[in-house]
Amino acid sequence: MGRILATLQKRGAELSGADAQRALLASVPLPRSFEAALGSSGLFPLRPTTLDILQVNVGRRCNQTCKHCHVDAGPDRSEVMPRDVMEAVLAFLTRHRVGRLDITGGAPELHPDFRELVVRGAAAGAHVMHRCNLTAILLPNYADIPALLAAHRVEVIASLPYFQARETDAQRGAGVFDESIEGLRRLNALGYGRGTGLELNLVANPVGTFLPGDQASLETMWKRELKQRFDLDFDHLFTITNMPISRFLEFIDERGRTVDYMTRLANAYNPVAAASVMCRNTLSVGYDGRLYDCDFNQMLEMPLADGAPRTIFDASLAALHEREIAVGPHCFGCTAGAGSSCGGAVA
Amino acid sequence: MSESTGQGAKRTYYDAADLGKFGEIAEGAPDLARKFFDWYGAVFAEGALTAREKSLIALAVSHAVQCPYCIDAYSTDALEKGSNVDQMTEAVHVAAAIRGGASLVHGVQMRNHVHALGM
Repeated sequence: MGRILATLQKRGAELSGADAQRALLASVPLPRSFEAALGSSGLFPLRPTTLDILQVNVGRRCNQTCKHCHVDAGPDRSEVMPRDVMEAVLAFLTRHRVGRLDITGGAPELHPDFRELVVRGAAAGAHVMHRCNLTAILLPNYADIPALLAAHRVEVIASLPYFQARETDAQRGAGVFDESIEGLRRLNALGYGRGTGLELNLVANPVGTFLPGDQASLETMWKRELKQRFDLDFDHLFTITNMPISRFLEFIDERGRTVDYMTRLANAYNPVAAASVMCRNTLSVGYDGRLYDCDFNQMLEMPLADGAPRTIFDASLAALHEREIAVGPHCFGCTAGAGSSCGGAVA
Repeated sequence: MSESTGQGAKRTYYDAADLGKFGEIAEGAPDLARKFFDWYGAVFAEGALTAREKSLIALAVSHAVQCPYCIDAYSTDALEKGSNVDQMTEAVHVAAAIRGGASLVHGVQMRNHVHALGM
C-alpha cells in the first residue's frame, strides 16, 4: 500500500462534494431520524450550553492521507487559513475569554503561521490544544514544533489507532506507525506524558467499520503495550467513532456497508451521550472564517442555523448562545454507545 | 420477494439480518427471554476475566459451535474490545484444536475396542 493516496477532491470522486455526502446520508433508511432520537430524550432542538472550546481548522493540508479522514485532508489540498481570519480568531478568543483553543486541520503545523497562533493563543490565556498526527513534527521544517508546544504548555492530542504497525499503517499509510513511535519518543523526551504537567493524549479511531470499545479498558491496554514494547508514556486515550463523512463515507459505501454502519450507530443511540455532545460547548471555525457547530458539520458544509452569525468576523456570544444546533444523520456517530467527541467518550 | 422471507430464488437458512431480530425471540416466552438476556449480559460483564478475554472465548466457542451469527457478532466485538487479528486467529485455533483433539482422543476408544476384539 502506498503511503499517500489521492484525496477525494484530487480524484474528483463522487463523494468529494458535501452535497453528495449529505444526499447519501439522507438516503439511508434508519429506524428514526436524529431529530426524533433527540426528541425522545427531551433534547430537541439541541442548544448550546456554554462556549468552552474554540476549535479552529486552519486548513486541509496534511502529509498523510488516512482512510478514515473526515476532512479529506492530504498533500494535494491547498486550503489554508488566511491572516485576517487568524486575527479574527485571536480577537474573538481574547474578547470572549474562551477557555480552550483547539487547533486542528489537516496537519495544523503545516500552516505557515501555526507557531504564531500557538504563541498568541497561549498569551491570550487560553489552554491551547494541538491535534497532532505525530509525523509532521518529524519533517525537517517542523522539527522545532514539539519544543515550542512544550514551552507554551500546549496539550498534544495525537492519533495512534493501535499499538502495532499493521493496524496503524492500514488506516494511516505505510510506515506511519514507526514514524509515530519516533514522534512519541520526541514528545516523551520533552516531558510530555511523563507527569510533568505537559499533557499528551492519544486518539484511537477504530481501524475499520466497527465502534470503539470501552475507553478506560483500551487506555489500560494501550498504556501497557506502548510501555512494554517501546517504553512510551501518555496521559489518556480518547476513543473516537469514525464519522461517515468524506473518506470514511466512501470507504464504507464502496464496501456496501453504509446502511449497516449507519443503522449500527442509530441503534446505539445513548441519551446520556447525546446530552454531552461536544457541539454544545464548542464553536468550530473553518479556514475561511465560516462558523459551524462542529468540525463534522464543517466538512458537510452545514452552517450555523439561520439567524446565527455566519463568520468569525460577525460572531457575538449572545447570538451564538441562542442558536439551534444543526443536526443530521451523521450526528448518530457522536451519540453511539459511550458517545464520541474530540475529547473521546462522553458517557 | 426478499431473501429473508425465504420465498425468493436465493433462499438460505442463515440471513445476517436475522441477528438483529434476536430480541424478537421474547415474543414467544417473554419471561424466559428476559432471564436469558439478563444472564447473558451478566456473563459478559467485566469480572474475574476481562470483557476482552470473555469476548475472545466467545469468538472461539462461536467457531466450535459453528454459529455464523455468533462469529459475526464476536469478530466485531473482539475488534471493538481491542483484540487484533493475530489474537483472534489464535483463539480460533484453540477451538479447532479442542474439536480436533476431541475427535482424535476418541481414537483411544477405538484402540481399546480393537484390542478387545483382537488376539
